[in-house]
Amino acid sequence: MTLPTTQTLTDAARRDLLSTMVLIRTYEEAIRAAYYADKKPAFDIGAGLVPGEMHLSAGQEPVAAGICAHLSAEDAITATHRPHHLAIAHGVGLRPMTAEIFGRETGLGRGRGGHMHLFDPSTHFSCSGIIAEGLPPALGQAFAFQRQGNARVAVAVTGEGAANQGAFHESLNLAALWQLPVVIVVEDNDWGISVPRSQSTSIASNADRAAAYGMPGVRVEGNSVEAVYEAAGEAIARARSGGGPSLIEVHTLRLWGHFEGDAEGYRPDLDTVPEHDPIPIYRDRLLETGVLTDGQYEAMQSSAGERVEDAIDFAKGSPTPDPLGHLSYVFSEGANS
Amino acid sequence: MTFPSPGDKQSLTMAVEPEAGKRRLSTAKAMQEAITQRMERDESVFVMGEDIGSYGGIFSSTTGLLERFGSERVRDTPISESAFIGLGIGAAVEGMRPIVELMFADFFGVCMDQIYNHMAKIHYESGGNVRVPMVLMMAAGGGYSDGAQHSQCLWGTFAHLPGMKVVVPSNPYDAKGLMTAAIDSDDPVVFVFHKGVMGLGWMAKNDRAIGAVPEEEYIVPIGKARVAREGTDVTIVTLSLSVHHSLDVAEKVQSEGISVEVIDLRSLVPLDREAIVASVSKTGRLIVVDEDYQSFGLSGEIIAVVAEHDPSLLKKVSRVCVPDVPIPYARELEYAVLPTRARIEAAVRDAVAT
Repeated sequence: MTLPTTQTLTDAARRDLLSTMVLIRTYEEAIRAAYYADKKPAFDIGAGLVPGEMHLSAGQEPVAAGICAHLSAEDAITATHRPHHLAIAHGVGLRPMTAEIFGRETGLGRGRGGHMHLFDPSTHFSCSGIIAEGLPPALGQAFAFQRQGNARVAVAVTGEGAANQGAFHESLNLAALWQLPVVIVVEDNDWGISVPRSQSTSIASNADRAAAYGMPGVRVEGNSVEAVYEAAGEAIARARSGGGPSLIEVHTLRLWGHFEGDAEGYRPDLDTVPEHDPIPIYRDRLLETGVLTDGQYEAMQSSAGERVEDAIDFAKGSPTPDPLGHLSYVFSEGANS
Repeated sequence: MTFPSPGDKQSLTMAVEPEAGKRRLSTAKAMQEAITQRMERDESVFVMGEDIGSYGGIFSSTTGLLERFGSERVRDTPISESAFIGLGIGAAVEGMRPIVELMFADFFGVCMDQIYNHMAKIHYESGGNVRVPMVLMMAAGGGYSDGAQHSQCLWGTFAHLPGMKVVVPSNPYDAKGLMTAAIDSDDPVVFVFHKGVMGLGWMAKNDRAIGAVPEEEYIVPIGKARVAREGTDVTIVTLSLSVHHSLDVAEKVQSEGISVEVIDLRSLVPLDREAIVASVSKTGRLIVVDEDYQSFGLSGEIIAVVAEHDPSLLKKVSRVCVPDVPIPYARELEYAVLPTRARIEAAVRDAVAT
C-alpha cells in the first residue's frame, strides 16, 4: 500500500509533519520532567525550576503540525493557555521560549510573562490565558495585513470550551463581516478542565456554528495530522487570496491532565487514552507504507532530543531577572503610575 | 502603503497657550481636529467604534472624519466591544495606531478583559518586546438623568489597573493636545472625555467648553497637571468637568478674601504627584473634587500622596465625590450625589474655617 501523493503532501512533507510532532512531544516531555524534578516529595505548584500552572499539549500535536506547515514567520498565530505545540510548530525559538517558561531574563518576556503569556514578534506568535480572548487580537492582526494589502494571514487557535464564550461569537461575526484574512481553529480535546464537551456544548460540531456567520466551517475527526493539513491548507489559501475567514474544528486528544498535577479522577477513559496517542499511530502508518524508515524515525528523535536539551540547558544557564527590575516594561516610556 | 515603525515619533512641538480672542473651538471639535491632523499625516491611524461614522460619534468625538477619510479608515463596528477593542489591540501590535471608541465608559463591563488583561498587559508580559500604541476613548459622567448605567466616570478603575495611561481633559486646548499626545504614544492610552466638557448643543454646558485652540498641531504632555488657578488658602485637586465647578467656586469666594488654588490633573496615569505636593505645601488645606465614586479610588489616592510625602502638611483634608451609590435617575437625586458647586463651596468654607 502506498499513500496518495497530493501536490503539496509529498512523502517528504509527511515526514516533516511527523518530525514536528516528535519535536513537540520531546519538548513537552522535557518540560514535564523539569516541572516535577524538584517538586518532590510534596507537590508545591509554586516551587522549583518551573513554577506555576503548566498546561502541556501532548496529544494535540496534529493540530499544530497540520496548520503551521502552511504558515511562514510573516503570518500571525494566537494560541491559548496551552500554547507550546503551536509555538514550536510556528518556529518560535526554543531557547527564548524555554527561558521564559523557566522565568529567566533571557526569555521571550524577560520572565514577566510565563508559559501562558508567550510573545514572539519575530514570528508574530502570541497567546492568552483567557478563554476565547485571543481571538479578537488575531482579528486585528488580520485587519492590519488586509489594510497593508499583503497576503499574510492570522490564525486564531482556541479550545472547544471557548466556542461558548461571547468573544468567540463576536469575533466570528466581525471576521466574516469585514472578510478578514483569519482562520479560526477550535481544538476540541473533549474536556474543559473536568467538564466533558457533552455537558458544555449544545451541538455536536462547532463547525456548524460557522454557518451562522456566513463562513465555511469544517470539523476534522480522528486527530489526523494529514486531515488537519488538508483542511488548514484550504482555509489558509482562501484567506490569503481574499476569500475571507474560515472555521475549523479539530477533534483532538488531551493525552495528559488539564495541568500538571491534575489526577484526572473525573475522566472515565483514562486507561484507554494512550491507545489514541497520535504520534505512534502516524509513525506506524508511515513505516508500514514505506514513507518512513526506522533509521529516519530514530534520526528525528535524536535531532529533537538535541534541540530540546540545548533549549533546557540554555534556560537553566540563564540568569534569573533582577528583582529590582520588577517595575520595568509597564510602559515603553515615562513613569509607571 | 507603508506604516511608520511604532518607535517613529511625530512632531513633538509644544504650542504656547493661545492668546485670548483667538480662534475658539468646542472640546469635541478640538478632539476632531487632533485626530484629523494625525490621520492626514499618518496612514496607520484609523478610527473604529459604534456610531463613529456617519453619526460622528454619539458625543461628537468623530464628526466629519468619515467624509474626510472614508469608510476604510473610519469604521463603524457591530455592537461587539470585545471583538473590536481586541481588533484594535492586534492591529496596534502589527504597527497601526488605532483610535477605538467605547461609547460610554459604563460599557467596559462587556469588554474589560480585552482592556485590562490584553491591551494593558501585553507590553509587560512581553518584556517590552511588543508595543500596543492604541487610544481607547470613551465618554463619561452624568448630570443629565441618564441613570446608573450611562452616567459613571470610572476613570479611577482604569487607573487602578496597571499598564494604561489614563487621560482626562477638562477643556478644548488640553483635549486637542492630549489627544495628539495619546495618538503619538507607543503605549495604550485611555482617553476619557466628560460629556459636560464637550460643548454639545443638546446638553447643558459650562462656559469653558468652548475655548481658544491653536490651529497648528501641538502636544500637551501626558502626566503634567495644570494650575488652573493660583491661590494661597486652599488647594482643590480635581479633573474634567469638576475643574470648572471648582473654578466657579474659587471666583465666587475670592471677593470674601478666600484664595483657592485649583489643580487640573489632566491625567491620572501618570499622576503628577509633584504638582499636588507643591500646591498643598503652599496652602496646607486639600480638597479633592472627583465625580467618580468616593471609596477606594482617586480621591483617597490623592490624599495618600500628600500623607506619604509629609502628613504634617495637612491642616485640613476633605473630599467632594459621588458617595458610594449608583447614579440616581431623578434630577433631584442625581444632583444630590454629584460634586456640585454648592458642595464644593461648602467644603471650601469648612476648610478655611479651621
